[in-house]
Amino acid sequence: MYRSHVLVCGGTGCTSSGSLEIFDLLKKEIAKNGLADEVSVVQTGCHGLCALGPIMIVYPEATFYSMVKPEYIPEIVSEHLLKGRIVTKYVYQDTVTNEGIKPLIDTDFYKKQHRIALRNCGVINPENIEEYIGTRGYEALGKVLTEMTPDDVIKCILDSGLRGRGGGGFPTGRKWQLAKDLVKGGQKYVCCNADEGDPGAFMDRSVLEGDPHVVLEAMAIAGYAIGANQGYIYVRAEYPIAVDRLNIAIKQAREYGLLGKNIFDTGFDFDIDLRLGAGAFVCGEETALMTSIEGNRGEPRPRPPFPAEKGLFEKPTILNNVETYANIPQIILNGADWFASMGTEKSKGTKVFALGGKIKNTGLVEIPMGTTLREVVEDIGGGIPNGKKFKAAQTGGPSGGCIPAEHFDVPIDYDNLIAIGSMMGSGGLIVMDEDNCMVDIAKFFLEFTVDESCGKCTPCRIGTKRLYEMLDKITKGQATLEDLDKLEELCYYIKDNSLCGLGQTAPNPVLSTLRYFKDEYIAHVVEKRCPAGVCKDLLSFVIDPDKCKGCTLCARQCPASAISGTVKEPHVINTDKCVKCGACIEKCKFGAISKK
Amino acid sequence: MGSKTTVPFQGTKEQEEQLLAVIAELKDGKGSLMPILQKAQDIYGYLPIEVQTMIADNCGIPLEKVYGVATFYSQFSLYPKGKYKISVCLGTACYVKGSGDIYAKLQQLLGIEGGQCTADGKFSLDACRCIGACGLAPVMTINDDVYGRLTVDEIAGVLAKYE
Repeated sequence: MYRSHVLVCGGTGCTSSGSLEIFDLLKKEIAKNGLADEVSVVQTGCHGLCALGPIMIVYPEATFYSMVKPEYIPEIVSEHLLKGRIVTKYVYQDTVTNEGIKPLIDTDFYKKQHRIALRNCGVINPENIEEYIGTRGYEALGKVLTEMTPDDVIKCILDSGLRGRGGGGFPTGRKWQLAKDLVKGGQKYVCCNADEGDPGAFMDRSVLEGDPHVVLEAMAIAGYAIGANQGYIYVRAEYPIAVDRLNIAIKQAREYGLLGKNIFDTGFDFDIDLRLGAGAFVCGEETALMTSIEGNRGEPRPRPPFPAEKGLFEKPTILNNVETYANIPQIILNGADWFASMGTEKSKGTKVFALGGKIKNTGLVEIPMGTTLREVVEDIGGGIPNGKKFKAAQTGGPSGGCIPAEHFDVPIDYDNLIAIGSMMGSGGLIVMDEDNCMVDIAKFFLEFTVDESCGKCTPCRIGTKRLYEMLDKITKGQATLEDLDKLEELCYYIKDNSLCGLGQTAPNPVLSTLRYFKDEYIAHVVEKRCPAGVCKDLLSFVIDPDKCKGCTLCARQCPASAISGTVKEPHVINTDKCVKCGACIEKCKFGAISKK
Repeated sequence: MGSKTTVPFQGTKEQEEQLLAVIAELKDGKGSLMPILQKAQDIYGYLPIEVQTMIADNCGIPLEKVYGVATFYSQFSLYPKGKYKISVCLGTACYVKGSGDIYAKLQQLLGIEGGQCTADGKFSLDACRCIGACGLAPVMTINDDVYGRLTVDEIAGVLAKYE
């Protein structure tokens, strides 16, 4: 028995800020103090508060140390772990109150969250199957195999109202039912989409890193429901930690007889193989993903036939994403009614979002469906840093759209987001403030889709390229109002004529910014001005003669020799020579230079 | 993108043996071409036409298919990378926090464009789409080292560590 457990986050966010070094140092320091038999150090998955990494939590007190530096460790070990005195100065300050240190779950960040898919992340050691089993892991699989028929399982998932968390929102139970009934018997497959390609989204990665067994268990349940004995997880090669932990989890599950032949002595066989993606966004589309697992260029196929009838290797296949699977065992254990009691009328349960961009608490949150954007950004996310004003939140990545401040109080669910021109998507939620130019953001997403279009169909391959060129013209101040009409027309053409989801949704970032921020487009086109001060071609740098002290620092810094003036006299920028690099602004100590 | 530096293929006997062993192990599995290409890139660091030819010949797959798959996915590189592989995240979270400026600064300092390698083979520069460390945005990686919350001013200092 250990008297204290120290949990160190080993997710990608924290390891990138040095948590592995903290982990090793802690172990050494604990051994040095003779505490190795009393205090255990555990590496866990993501706690969600990535902005504060590296994170460590000391139990039983649940003291939350944030942004831990190696030099804090000796003090934390000798004071807290040896003498029992919490080192308050290193503790996450939001937990420090006059009455002492409050538990993490009472902070604003966690209070409004409800963790189902993330329930084990940051709590268990993901590399130890027994810790998963200790939190009722594999109990749902046992229940399904011994007490339920495949039809019972499908009915339970249908009744729960669970919809696909990868973005589309198709009812999961319906998908399983089709795969079971369309073709009776024969070889079938269960696939997991872990090719989280939406830039700025890392929900699935955190589940795989923090709780890999939940995905394996859910896939086995799905296999039983539809009559499949083989699963494939298609995971991004860019997620090395997730790949490692999945490999460990699969190996352990096989050793424990929870994957493989004759699971729980019921005669049910199920095994899982990993396939690594190789960096193609289109492979998140279901038919492209299957084509890629088959070893080909990951190009989508026309539907029908739908995968439930003819999927991987031409066999009936279901494909769900990681977060969808992470809900399954809990639904089986707690019942469909329990799950359906959360959320809104047509969107049940919770949704995980990756908060990023201009927000204080960047990280991972899981909220009940129906929570408003305001609650997510202001209460959970802690608002916008540096006193800036909220401008828009982007959801759904390159397929989604922007939600402006006027819709701040819309409850987040599948249908509401579509109604306001965005979409749920897989869960990336990027916050933008007044310094972000919406035309530039639309251009950024189009550059992405141009890059990632597989080239199979013309509307997407050529259409997105033309869209990008039009946006480029606008940001350079070379477009006319007529171009804006053409831009919109082309958007609808691409939406209507593309083969797969990538092309059909690619114009969304343009359409939604046109809908809510048309004045910014018009400012670029008519006034040749970028209101947010982002589009370089439309900016000019000026020196305020009242603030300039004539220190000459800017003139010496300028790579284009565009700044002239004599010592102790106000300087001037020659706009014809200026390359708009911004080096002068960075160097000016008096705040005399600005871009307009 | 500008012209790529071409370096003659310098595969060794040991590398070839490793690759042949991988092919023998995997080639009969379903959809094995991608895993074979991934292992081949681990062995050689990139996938020059010589390696693709070896894979095609030993798997009985047409070379045009091997080439088609190798060029489709951004993780596969047909050109060698530098000793230090720099990768700047241009995912949305990093982009709105200014990673585009970081990328431009690196191109300026190294004198190369994205996808290229410096003439001395030391640094190669690529953009990537989200490594998932969005809490640290803007982020770049050099081999396995991650640099977060970067500013343009810090870049030269970071590069100097790898001299």
